Amino acid sequence: MARVTSLNINGKRTTVDVDATASLLAVLRNDLALTGSKYGCGEGQCGACTVLIDGVATRSCITQVGRATGKQITTIEALEKDGKLHPLQEAFIKADAMQCAYCTSGMIMSASALLAKNPKPSREEIITGMNGNICRCGTYQRIIEAIQSVSGMQTAAGGARTDAQEVTS
Amino acid sequence: MIDEQTLRDEIEVERYELFESPAYNFHFDRRDFIKAFGLGIVFIVPAARALAQQRGQGESGRGAGNQSLPNDIDAWIHIDESGGVTVFTGKVEVGQNTRTTLTQSVADELHVPVNSVRLVMGDTDLTPFDMGTFGSRSTPTMVPQLRKAAAAARETLVAMAAAQLNVAPADLRIVDARFLNHDKSKTLTLAEVAKGRKLVKIIPDSIAITQPKDWIIAGTSVPKVDAANYVTGKHQYTFDIKREGMLYGKIVRPAAFNASLVSVDVKAAEAMPGVKVVTDGSFIGVVAADQLTATKAANAVAVDWKSPGQPGNSELVDLLRKPATNQRGGGGEGGGGGSRPQGSITDGLAAADKKLEQTYTVQYIAHAPLEPRAAVAEWNGDKLTVWTGSQRPFGVRTELAEAFHIPEEKVRVIVPDTGSGYGGKHTGECAVEAARLAKAAGKPVKLTWTREEEFTWAYFRPAGVIDIKSGVKNDGTLTAWEFHNYNSGASGIQIKYDIPNNDIRFHPSNSPLKQGSYRGLAATANHFARESHIDELAHAVNLDPLELRLKNIKDERLRDVLQATAKAFGWGQSKPAAHHGFGIACGFEKGGYVATCAEIAIEPPSDKEDKANQRVRIVRVVEAFECGAVVNPTHLKNQIEGSIVMAIGGALFESIQFGNGKILNPHFAQYRVPRFSDLPKIEVVLVDRKDIPSAGAGETPIVGLAPAVANAIFNATGVRLRSLPLAPKGLTT
Repeated sequence: MARVTSLNINGKRTTVDVDATASLLAVLRNDLALTGSKYGCGEGQCGACTVLIDGVATRSCITQVGRATGKQITTIEALEKDGKLHPLQEAFIKADAMQCAYCTSGMIMSASALLAKNPKPSREEIITGMNGNICRCGTYQRIIEAIQSVSGMQTAAGGARTDAQEVTS
Repeated sequence: MIDEQTLRDEIEVERYELFESPAYNFHFDRRDFIKAFGLGIVFIVPAARALAQQRGQGESGRGAGNQSLPNDIDAWIHIDESGGVTVFTGKVEVGQNTRTTLTQSVADELHVPVNSVRLVMGDTDLTPFDMGTFGSRSTPTMVPQLRKAAAAARETLVAMAAAQLNVAPADLRIVDARFLNHDKSKTLTLAEVAKGRKLVKIIPDSIAITQPKDWIIAGTSVPKVDAANYVTGKHQYTFDIKREGMLYGKIVRPAAFNASLVSVDVKAAEAMPGVKVVTDGSFIGVVAADQLTATKAANAVAVDWKSPGQPGNSELVDLLRKPATNQRGGGGEGGGGGSRPQGSITDGLAAADKKLEQTYTVQYIAHAPLEPRAAVAEWNGDKLTVWTGSQRPFGVRTELAEAFHIPEEKVRVIVPDTGSGYGGKHTGECAVEAARLAKAAGKPVKLTWTREEEFTWAYFRPAGVIDIKSGVKNDGTLTAWEFHNYNSGASGIQIKYDIPNNDIRFHPSNSPLKQGSYRGLAATANHFARESHIDELAHAVNLDPLELRLKNIKDERLRDVLQATAKAFGWGQSKPAAHHGFGIACGFEKGGYVATCAEIAIEPPSDKEDKANQRVRIVRVVEAFECGAVVNPTHLKNQIEGSIVMAIGGALFESIQFGNGKILNPHFAQYRVPRFSDLPKIEVVLVDRKDIPSAGAGETPIVGLAPAVANAIFNATGVRLRSLPLAPKGLTT
């Protein structure tokens, strides 16, 4: 059975030993204790598990970990830098863009990919770009406001290749 | 009086509407609070219902540790030596922001900053018994209790500080956790007063709490407590908890509801490395070192189930019209009745110029909380600890104690702030399953339900059939109102229309699916039927629907929200554009008054949908809501907006499809929930009544949307839709 032994996660080369067919989400959560990415459906339908792979918003629950090797994986845990929240994180708090907040990590990751591609999206473009993410509490209006409030700011999260450091989990 | 067994046998629907004392009233363990909490001061809040009994007895006045503690406690507050304030309550946080509401209420009453107050919630070993977090009860019941505790704490602390400073208590006030005398020449911090103390105080019932007009921190938009932990992904939901040596579980589910086990062969599964299979009656589960192996092992268990033939959606209406023959039928409230009939329906119909008789239906829908059921169970000797997302931590403790035949003291249930519930997490089935696996494995086990399991093995909002017979005079005066609700429940069944002849009843049925509480309960179904029917009556006598409502409603609070909504929407000010329609609806439930206006548009079919069908798009929603004094305007608005968005699903397209004991659409790809693209322009009008005690707001704002949309569709098309969901595949006309 093919194994995966190394992943680039949040700018660090991380050693693992997992079945290549395991979902990236399960590896992040269960093997690497990166539990900010959530399981919501396991079918790529709700977006709670969204991470960036080479800057592209990806449903980690339906991504086999073997397909993420050699690529830059960015999770919600990488957004806060030196104790300072990412502008999108600040914006979500300011707009009260959450209730139970289970969807929030995925929303922020999808929004960061959207803004990296389109720094000043229209309301319609935000709706189209975010439509794969479900907020069952129904805070969509506030999430749109949060994204609009950082529109035009420098918000790219991850994606750019950095010098990998050796880290063993 | 309803005994515990009956209570449990009844469906989950609105069981809390019973307003009975809890069936359990444990002797409160006379724990030594000081030993548990260390130094400082503890203020104990007897339960509201126990306070009456306590009245007249006065405080015992005895010292810490010897004081006679009440058996029935709502909460307690501990002020530690560093001046930190910790509040212990059995309520839980499921996204309704009750953690913030309670925190800011305590801070407001105690005159300390919000960030010096910490809440310990929903931990059966640490917090006092609580029936559960449901029924919009936290704000009207727990807030005043905690405020009493905080007010008593404030008065006691002021007296202590006054003694320390050698000034009169009346000369001291607390500002930002500091005691100051009139010219600020003498000050003390909360920490300096609490230092070295060993005190347990029982708060008296007579203590006065601050009225809304004098609130400073309450009434403002305090940001969500712990918000930074959520946006960074640091918060640990049950799904995220990991224990030392923890294994992963998976349950082998029956092929259908009510299926019986014929045979099971576990050899292939047990041959897999590190896999343990647990069978106990019809319970079959596996544990493994990782989730993938557990899932593969569960799939490798060969099981033969025998399932009886069972009804599906097409037989639902006929089925629900038949009276209940088992205890699972019916909601607890009203015991199968409604209210006592008034006047005579026959006379009322005879006095009418127009008579109307119509039937409305609602389908089963799913809560679909984004965090499915999950539990982590750990046995230490004979003590069981379970982390799980539940709205009833103490109810789950009871389920566990009964399932394993152990005393409740041997069970601890901890509820981390949870990925939503909407009334859907009252039960502890996942906790019981995880505990059974952990017991067999001898190690902690995490069990997380898949989305399909959550859609299938949880419970649903009841389906229902509602028959209405009514009469109206040509001037719009309502003369007769006969209302029969089959199965969905009695919440929101009562009317605020002044109709002299009315007969309103709820009839329990045998539900083919497991059903239970859902945000707003039956109030959504009852408001949909009632407010659609009122609209039909208005059209029958050529009156504006708003005018007909105002003509028959005397209740000032309901009139106020109706008029506030109409004004903000511009009702009657303009005609809808071509293929657009306007609709209005109003209602009340659980101390909240709501009115909703909706604008819809009929649009050409989108590519994805059935090309023959036109699409209903909700363009704009204006909703006014009044629930007494507003505690947190931003969070209240957020709840109302969220309720409106959630209501869109049940109104337009959500419906559980079932047949032969199976759920046929147990995935988000098949069961559509509202998404960004369904979002209308939403405007919320808050009516703040500082003269009225605050009621809860997590539920009632959901009831107005469906009838307002149905009425708007009629306005646009002339087609009256009387079944929820209204247009699951678009308009088929």
